[in-house]
Amino acid sequence: MPAERARKIRVSCVVNGAAVTCETYPLARLLDVLREDLKLTGTKEGCGEGECGACAIEMDGALVNSCLVPALQAEGAKIRTIEGVACGGSLHAVQQAFITHGGAQCGVCTPGMILAAVNLLARHPRPDDAQIRDGLSGNLCRCTGYMKIFESVVAAVRAAETRA
Amino acid sequence: MRAFLPAYEMETPRDLAAALERMAGEPGGWRAFAGGTDLMVLLEAGKLPHKKYLNIWNLEELRGIAVTAEHVTLGALTTYAEVQRHEILAREFPLLCRAAAETGSAATQNRGTLGGNIANASPAADSPPALIVYEAEIEIVSAAGARCVPYASFHTGYKKMNLQAGELIRSIRLARPRSAALKQYFRKVGTRRAQAISKICFAAAGRVEAGRIADVRIALGSVAPTVLRAVRAEELLRGQRPVDAALLLAAQDALGAEIAPIDDMRSTGRYRRHVARNLLAEFLEVLAS
Repeated sequence: MPAERARKIRVSCVVNGAAVTCETYPLARLLDVLREDLKLTGTKEGCGEGECGACAIEMDGALVNSCLVPALQAEGAKIRTIEGVACGGSLHAVQQAFITHGGAQCGVCTPGMILAAVNLLARHPRPDDAQIRDGLSGNLCRCTGYMKIFESVVAAVRAAETRA
Repeated sequence: MRAFLPAYEMETPRDLAAALERMAGEPGGWRAFAGGTDLMVLLEAGKLPHKKYLNIWNLEELRGIAVTAEHVTLGALTTYAEVQRHEILAREFPLLCRAAAETGSAATQNRGTLGGNIANASPAADSPPALIVYEAEIEIVSAAGARCVPYASFHTGYKKMNLQAGELIRSIRLARPRSAALKQYFRKVGTRRAQAISKICFAAAGRVEAGRIADVRIALGSVAPTVLRAVRAEELLRGQRPVDAALLLAAQDALGAEIAPIDDMRSTGRYRRHVARNLLAEFLEVLAS
């Protein structure tokens, strides 16, 4: 055992609207804190090196890969995971569109895909096709269901336009 | 193998002065940790040898983009996303914006910083060729004071740089272009369109006056142990007419002699050499247009 050991720290943040505090190591991955300490297992681990986007979450409104965020830097942050995307009992338009249009297959990339799409729509409520492709370009789907995923986001945009 | 987490320490200094004091008190003991997009990858792979970090992510003194009549100064913690959103950068420094847009994914662009990209010192990084073309200056601070260095002389070898223990990159300063006639060219060649690591990255700018090349600056990534300015090719081109087959061949040969691309997991030296020549030709077409 190394003689010098970091002590666990207390990290306080707001996750899906609820204030939480956990004890963890400073460089613990936010991904692991969410899944193992806060039991929010909707966020998935794909590659663990920031390539695949499966662990994408929102941190202070920005899309980030939670496998690359050390717990210490989550102090004071407002975090949204896939568990916080639906509002009360009703699904977000993107979630509904993924169900209707077959946007999910094995499901591992789905939480990250949905967070990326929801974040894109928050920044660009009426994205064109190129913006949608760009918004999803950081998320890999190993089932290769890209067209269905793309069509789901297009459908979510259309649904929002119809309601407006 | 994954890292042993209890072996790693990280503290959050209250301001820049406190961070610099902490670093000065134990030279080499504490290193800066910004957005984590490189360091967390090494950590997860069990390849992060250094154990003590200062979390600089929240230091306001390292943030923000300041514009004066002469310069644009980017705080070291400026993210790729912030670079892309900035109107003056988009208008006057398109190479940097293109590099930022083609580095990693949106999620990486929200966390990755220019200072981190520089200090990580990868020869495959995409913002350095743009910074070299713009003849950027780097402001470096320590508890002892501040100094400025031309970015072109900052990287001294593979993963080696002109940055001492106790020093931090504070900002990157770009001189605003005086001529609207500057033609700018950027091309990153990777395996796929989104979030690839470069096989080769080419950034260049130039200006033609009275039919002759009056100003030309060319920099490349992933073709040498450091990001490289193609000074010999530039010398050949300066003062010449941009459309000239013999000149192009001579400039391509000069470029070929100053780059030293290698075979690695992403590409081969031969391919990189070939593409470097082609990109030079494409840049000259843009310059002549």
